[in-house]
Amino acid sequence: MTEFTRPDGSTGLVPTNPTIAGAEPLAPDGGIDRAVETTTEAGLELKARSQWQYARMRFFRHRLAVAGLIGLIIIFGCGIFAPLVAPYGFAQFDLLHTLQPPTTAHQHYFGTDTIGRDEFSRVIWGVRTSMEVGVFVAVASTIIGLIIGAIAGYQGGWIDNLMMRVTDLVLTLPALAILLAFTALVGNGGQWTLSFILVLFFWTGIARVVRGLFLSLREKEYVEAAKASGAGDMRLMFRHILPNTLGPIIVNATLAVGVAILTESALSFLGFGIKPPTPSLGELVADAQSNPDQWWLTIFPGLTIVLIVLCVNFVGDGLRDALDPQQRRVRA
Amino acid sequence: MPDPLLSIEDLVVEFKTEDGVVHAVDGVSYELFPGEILGIVGESGSGKSVSTLALLGLIPQPPGRIVSGTAMFKGRDLLRLKKRELRKVRGNEVAMVFQDPMTSLNPVLTVGNQLGEAINTHFPDEKDEVVKQKVIDLLTLVGVPNPEQRYSQYPHEFSGGMRQRAMIAMAISNSPSLLIADEPTTALDVTIQAQVLEVLKRVQQETDAATILITHDLGIVAEMCDRVLVMYAGHIVEAGDVATIFRSPRHPYTIGLMNSLPKLTEDEEWLEPITGAPPSLINLPPGCPFHPRCFLARERCRQENPPLAPVEGSEHKSACHFSEELIGRKSKFSEAVA
Repeated sequence: MTEFTRPDGSTGLVPTNPTIAGAEPLAPDGGIDRAVETTTEAGLELKARSQWQYARMRFFRHRLAVAGLIGLIIIFGCGIFAPLVAPYGFAQFDLLHTLQPPTTAHQHYFGTDTIGRDEFSRVIWGVRTSMEVGVFVAVASTIIGLIIGAIAGYQGGWIDNLMMRVTDLVLTLPALAILLAFTALVGNGGQWTLSFILVLFFWTGIARVVRGLFLSLREKEYVEAAKASGAGDMRLMFRHILPNTLGPIIVNATLAVGVAILTESALSFLGFGIKPPTPSLGELVADAQSNPDQWWLTIFPGLTIVLIVLCVNFVGDGLRDALDPQQRRVRA
Repeated sequence: MPDPLLSIEDLVVEFKTEDGVVHAVDGVSYELFPGEILGIVGESGSGKSVSTLALLGLIPQPPGRIVSGTAMFKGRDLLRLKKRELRKVRGNEVAMVFQDPMTSLNPVLTVGNQLGEAINTHFPDEKDEVVKQKVIDLLTLVGVPNPEQRYSQYPHEFSGGMRQRAMIAMAISNSPSLLIADEPTTALDVTIQAQVLEVLKRVQQETDAATILITHDLGIVAEMCDRVLVMYAGHIVEAGDVATIFRSPRHPYTIGLMNSLPKLTEDEEWLEPITGAPPSLINLPPGCPFHPRCFLARERCRQENPPLAPVEGSEHKSACHFSEELIGRKSKFSEAVA
């Protein structure tokens, strides 16, 4: 049988007496902590990273996501700086050069339409409109969904029940039919009317995600510990639980941008979205229907929609991998 | 004898479940005096945690329900405080250290941030630099090395022992007069346990907070506590000062608990467990809840639940009809304490 030599010089079967007979009083800076300090001295210290730093690392390792991000920056950059980038105004016509195929002459890179408006400029202005709608809808519906989901999930009980039934009700409404009815009612509204209507339908998805997260996170011990140290409901909800839900929320909001742009395009295509002459991508595609031989009028705005949504989804995927480690695929 | 800081009278807590009502705490009364460390021991489900969580209103209601009882703390009944008043008590006058330090810190906030928040919750006007300095002082007090650096680290960068130290620092950040430590070392390994207990003891001396230490480790009780309550199936079955109880336990359950521990000084082939299993709290046996497992049990025990009555002087109490028969009966610890 091996005997250990205890720190005080005596020997015994165990290195130190466990708790019962007066444990070896370890100085608080002794033992393990000292080992930590020595490694620091030896320069072996690990670089401390916050969760956000880890997330950023994971995101930038995701090639498609980075490509998507670059694509979005270019496309949305054009939209944001449309007055600088677009060679012409969106309503500026030139009857001498109608229905021209793509050419570098007069900077008609994407050609011109029936009244000689520059398609390249129209697409850029259309991106601006679609982007505004997409981002506004995503942000506004995220905020609304967040508040409703947070309250429902945190409070539980009848409040939760009531709010979720309302959410279910909104989800059961046939969005397209109501949108069409609504636009028929108020007339073919501007882009903000359209955005508000879209928000009315978009918040439900986020509300349900957030509610689920709050429901499980409110049972966490750190929430109880914070409660035991006197934190009130607001503090528990928004300071302790909310940061833990941000990952999935950001992912959802990002993907919502894509869906909102698609929905807007679809509505505009059907003629119930954004009113001409303000160009939106969907409306440009719709316009092009009357000129089936002029392929450039369909291809360029259509391709832009596809590119935007694709990029948004790549970025969303990358964010999901970066922010939501539980759903992350194992990567070598 | 000074006035008690906390006096709990006839606390009854129930939980409604699918299978029936769980009588988690059933008529518990005890007092806590300023500056003392009171141990509460008992096996899982004996009501030790619930009886203290109830004080801070931390029992989820529903399904939980505080059926009756009073808990007088500084002239107020904690069980009847409004939600807002209770929030002012939590983390300020009464603070709590939880069992599992791995999950009790929020993973997305830095440790310094969380400790600072514990102070800010009760003193929102305190300047940021003052709070930060106080947090660093607290981390130093509980023996976290490099507190300045540790301040801005996240919980995942802390080891289990360090996290529990941080939790203790958080609990004492507003100098509470009552500190409740709910199995503070259960989730830690033995060497770290000793360190954390050491910290807890030093902190207790520093702040002079009356402390309730919930544990199922009799060793910790012997080392840390002044007095001890032994709980079984929602009842207190024995109460008294630590030396007395270890020297001459007067309840069969306490003796059983002590005898089921391994003795380090002798070679033991077998441990002596308490026979049987703990009773269902939904359907407690009639009479003394311990009688189905008790070596003293007889007819009277099956019919009459013994009250917690003084056995030797007013300090030492036992809830057993036949506690006199246990006089002179030694537990394994009798010599160790004597």
